[in-house]
Amino acid sequence: MAESTATTEREFMLDVRTQDMEVNMGPQHPATHGVMRILMRADGEICTGAQPHLGYLHRCAEKIGENVEWLQYLPYTDRYDYLAAMNNNLGYSLAVEKLMGIEIPRRALMIRTICAELNRIGSHLIAFGTYGLDIGAFTPFLYMFREREWMMALFEKICGARLTYSYIRIGGVFNDAPPGWLSEVERFCDVFEEKWQEYVDLLMVNHIFVQRTANIGVISPAMALDFGLSGPMVRGSGIDWDLRRDMPYELYAEIWKAGAFSIPLGKGERGALGDCWDRAYVRVMEMMESIKIVRWCLDSIAPGPVIADIPKTLRVPAGEAYVGIENPRGELGHYVVSDGGKVAVRCRVRGPSFTNLAVVEELMPGTLIADAVAIIGSTDIVVGETDR
Amino acid sequence: MFTEVLSAAPQSGTNAINDFLAGVKPEFVPAWAVPLTAVGIAVGITIALVSVIAMFSTWLERKVSGHIQCRYGPMRAGWHGWLQPLADGVKLLLKEDLVPVGADRVMYVVAPAIVLASVLAALAAYPLAPGFFFADLDLGIFFILAMTSTTTIGVVMAGWSSNSKWSLYGAMREAAQVVAYEIPLGISLLVPIMVAGSFNLLEVSRGQAGMFGMDWYIWPWVNPFMLPCFVLFFIAILAETKRAPFDLPEAESELVAGFMTEYSGIRWSFFFMEEYAAMYLYSVVGAFFFFGGFESPLTWGAAKVFGDGHVLYHCAAGLTLILKGFAGVFLMMWLRWTLPRVRIDQVMTLGYKYLTPLALACVLGGSLWEVFVAPILPWRNG
Repeated sequence: MAESTATTEREFMLDVRTQDMEVNMGPQHPATHGVMRILMRADGEICTGAQPHLGYLHRCAEKIGENVEWLQYLPYTDRYDYLAAMNNNLGYSLAVEKLMGIEIPRRALMIRTICAELNRIGSHLIAFGTYGLDIGAFTPFLYMFREREWMMALFEKICGARLTYSYIRIGGVFNDAPPGWLSEVERFCDVFEEKWQEYVDLLMVNHIFVQRTANIGVISPAMALDFGLSGPMVRGSGIDWDLRRDMPYELYAEIWKAGAFSIPLGKGERGALGDCWDRAYVRVMEMMESIKIVRWCLDSIAPGPVIADIPKTLRVPAGEAYVGIENPRGELGHYVVSDGGKVAVRCRVRGPSFTNLAVVEELMPGTLIADAVAIIGSTDIVVGETDR
Repeated sequence: MFTEVLSAAPQSGTNAINDFLAGVKPEFVPAWAVPLTAVGIAVGITIALVSVIAMFSTWLERKVSGHIQCRYGPMRAGWHGWLQPLADGVKLLLKEDLVPVGADRVMYVVAPAIVLASVLAALAAYPLAPGFFFADLDLGIFFILAMTSTTTIGVVMAGWSSNSKWSLYGAMREAAQVVAYEIPLGISLLVPIMVAGSFNLLEVSRGQAGMFGMDWYIWPWVNPFMLPCFVLFFIAILAETKRAPFDLPEAESELVAGFMTEYSGIRWSFFFMEEYAAMYLYSVVGAFFFFGGFESPLTWGAAKVFGDGHVLYHCAAGLTLILKGFAGVFLMMWLRWTLPRVRIDQVMTLGYKYLTPLALACVLGGSLWEVFVAPILPWRNG
């Protein structure tokens, strides 16, 4: 009798089969931060494999670069990483300027740095805020939007646009800062420093947040190098690599020498080195460093011209140039080739989000679905830039 | 079910509607029509109650979240947007009612009805005032817990029949979560039940009738294990009502909208009505078993001034309960807009490894206190 029960049980066990489920996360899903699809294999709640599918937002940005004049391409650079448009403008302008060998007025460099750093703050606010959203905290996101709103208002005052600025031009900036703008930036810095503490208290050290992000999605330093990560992704793994110091452009070499900023690194404080918490931590700390850079610029800015004397229709000397800058998401590289004409022969963009996204496929297997969301959030991708 | 409840009513208490109808019944109306009409009125009042609670709660939620997030929330429809729920309701009624291709149609349609019916049934045991209730059940709290846990069946049905993987995930999470948290929820209520010596909500309330709320069960001088019990109870009801930080069944950033991903229009709103009504109901249960139920300085004063049969006394008691209920609802909203969401394994760990043993320890400690300490306390034997 006992034997027959055992047989029945075994048969029953054999009869129950489990099967991995293929789940499409996206193209429209709150956690993918845009129009991206992640094809996920899941065994119940456990993700056994994930493959990001890109291209839903492809707009031929690079090809357009080969078909419009040098100056006309600038507004297209706004559109790939729309959260850090100032930095995109800067990267492209630097590449063209390098080819042309233009001397940029010092005041223009100052204003460029202020704008780029303010935009970095705005971008990190979104990154950290939406990361909170991914983890399930709604309110910090809106607090961060409040400060970002001020940042956008500042940009609106200086260039009239709130998201796609095209303010940093080849040769300098579009126009000088309006009267009182610099003192308002200073006020912003003062207020932001206070509010920053609020975000740290509310989200960064929140017990649930730490529990959800520490030891999740651990990128070892070796792995970070293997995947060619950059920006907060690589610094989160403890690798001291920041283009502002290591391949300086603009005034950053001078600012670094003056000791105005430091480079925060992930230390594995709450879990393993290179986990999601470390990456979020690096972003949060970087906001304060950006404030310090802005303050340094505000202290040393002097009146003067803001744009070099360049012709309306640029003819860039034949040659090629690559400039990589520290975008909020990592290394944003522009590679431009000119044959001396009005149009680029090649306009290649190396986007940080695209490169950083590759690591997701490696991190996801074996995590829970909620962790998968946390991992995607911690890469801080902007789909406009992965697809370009 | 209501007929059973009402037929049981004469033994366990009085039924205001039934008595009233019996009193004004004209000669030509047969006697059996009285309980039926009473049932009809009671059902009507319950449905209206759920709708009003849900509507007010959605408004409250939007205002609370708005003010927490440095916004105003709805401001256009009426004074401070108080007509907003009405506008939302009209919009939801007019929306297209979709059934996804490949969905199990019958289950898909029935699921929201089951979800709403469970909380409607549970509200039958909710006394509006000491003298106005549909059913004064001796096992009142037992009935409420049994009925509200029926919600899970509807949620699982909704998730399963939607033919969507996200819905399925939501449903499975709900099932796992509710099973894990029913246990500490039930156990944590045992201590106040022991102190009160009754499952009957009205009697539990009557047991806390001291002046200035000094006899509320939450106070440590009544039973020091009551406070930890309340904390456990509150965590458990957050999980039971799928509120943040335990809103995993509908985790927006993970599962799109969980088990109600595919629902639209008025069916979708049924889930919301259930959620808010359940929040209120559990808060009221918490108020009954820990915070004095109907009893408050206001009720005490009304009883002194008007006497405890007066209609104003009943109004004061009902108002007290409503305020206490919405205080709980507010607390749940406050938490929702403050905390991040926990992960499914953390939910399970918390439920099984911490809450359940702690609840059992509280019951042990609380019952030892009741047996050995409470008899020698002068204020417990007054």
